[in-house]
Amino acid sequence: MINWFYFASPATFYRLAGWMAPWFFAAAAILAVAGLYVGFAVAPTDAQQGEVYRVIFIHVPASWMSMFIYFVMACYGGVSLTFNTRLAAMMARALAPTGAMFTFVALWTGSFWGRPTWGTYWVWDARITSELVLLFLYFGFIALANAFEDPRRGDRASALLALIGVVNLPIIYFSVLWWNTLHQGSTVSFKGTSMHVAMLWGMLLMALSFWMYSVGASLTRVRAIILERERRTHWARELQFT
Amino acid sequence: MSATAIAAASVPATGSFATGFAWALRRDLTLAWRHPGETILVVAFFVLVASLFPLGIGAEPQLLARIGPGVIWVCALLAAFLSLPSLLAGDYADGSLEQMTLSPHPMSGWICGKVAAHWVASGLPLTMLAPLIGLQYGLSPDTLLALCAALAIGTPVLSLLGAACTALTLGARGGGMLLALLALPLFVPILVFGAGAAEAQATGLSPSPHLSILGAGLILAAVGLPPAICTAIRIALD
Repeated sequence: MINWFYFASPATFYRLAGWMAPWFFAAAAILAVAGLYVGFAVAPTDAQQGEVYRVIFIHVPASWMSMFIYFVMACYGGVSLTFNTRLAAMMARALAPTGAMFTFVALWTGSFWGRPTWGTYWVWDARITSELVLLFLYFGFIALANAFEDPRRGDRASALLALIGVVNLPIIYFSVLWWNTLHQGSTVSFKGTSMHVAMLWGMLLMALSFWMYSVGASLTRVRAIILERERRTHWARELQFT
Repeated sequence: MSATAIAAASVPATGSFATGFAWALRRDLTLAWRHPGETILVVAFFVLVASLFPLGIGAEPQLLARIGPGVIWVCALLAAFLSLPSLLAGDYADGSLEQMTLSPHPMSGWICGKVAAHWVASGLPLTMLAPLIGLQYGLSPDTLLALCAALAIGTPVLSLLGAACTALTLGARGGGMLLALLALPLFVPILVFGAGAAEAQATGLSPSPHLSILGAGLILAAVGLPPAICTAIRIALD
């Protein structure tokens, strides 16, 4: 029988993460090159928006990742609270900065797209506001996780906060349906899409690239967190001699 | 007989949700009554901040009537936020919170009692005072009614959300600013729908969709947040 909890130990996961992270970064780089090529060279100019629409190859994948990473983070938080595992809490901590970065990128590229298209950098539209709330949730998570002397206390408190904040995700996702405001509805759905095939491919390749980058970045970060936490253990001390 | 059975038998089985709720409500209301300064400060803060806006923005009646509901909601939100430390932090500091967890009553009972007492001491006075501020802003009677209804439904949600956030930050470094970072973003939906109810009324639409969503939020918060608050307190006392 496979021992599912073998890699739940920080010592074994440290090595696994160190081995996996470069592969994920490599996959991210390859997919990004392919995605940018499709996005800038293959995909046609948009009939209404001109060249400026090409920001979607960054904007849409970043927005997807901002929500997806929060969901994964909350799942890790739930696992860490229910099973009281240390590694799940460390993974939640490692994911938060990447998620905050993608949220910021989504807002930032959105405002650069909004200036030529809507004529304004910022509107208090439902989706943009809820995405901004998501950014503050990430900041709150990071601040709360680091606000305690005892790191385990910070783990548990921030995991609970992540679970409470999950309420925001459906609000972001459905905001364009529930409120008929400036941000356009989603172009891609499981039933099909209303865009050119090359545009869709560019977006999907970039999303995969961002996904791989997020995995690689969080694995690298969780290695640092593991080392910081386990610095007094035997195995961590032995690392400096190998 | 096993050890757990002995321990279970020695605890009097008198605890119930309602008794715990009533006990905590009475205790916190008595405390609030004996130290009226805190409630008065919250109310004074509310009135003071609401009166700063006309001075800062300009006193044209149309402008004031336009921004009135939003300003009153933001002030209520800040006042509810500022009164949060008295909800749990004092009891945590002097150890009575730890004693309460040992009581036979279910934890959610006295937690709900404490939150209810917090609302009576902060949310309710603000709701009752809002028409007065609304008159200063020149709101119509219908708008005032919608505003008060929204505040009456929305401020309990603020108390519940605030209780969860303040329970999470018990014993944390940089308490006040951290609490602001956690609580204020979570207050945003309440602010949007609360102010939206009064604005809809002011523009001639029905405020009932907004009020319904606020009511749904209240039910969701009342069901979902007490367990979260209990978990947060257990984490803090661990």
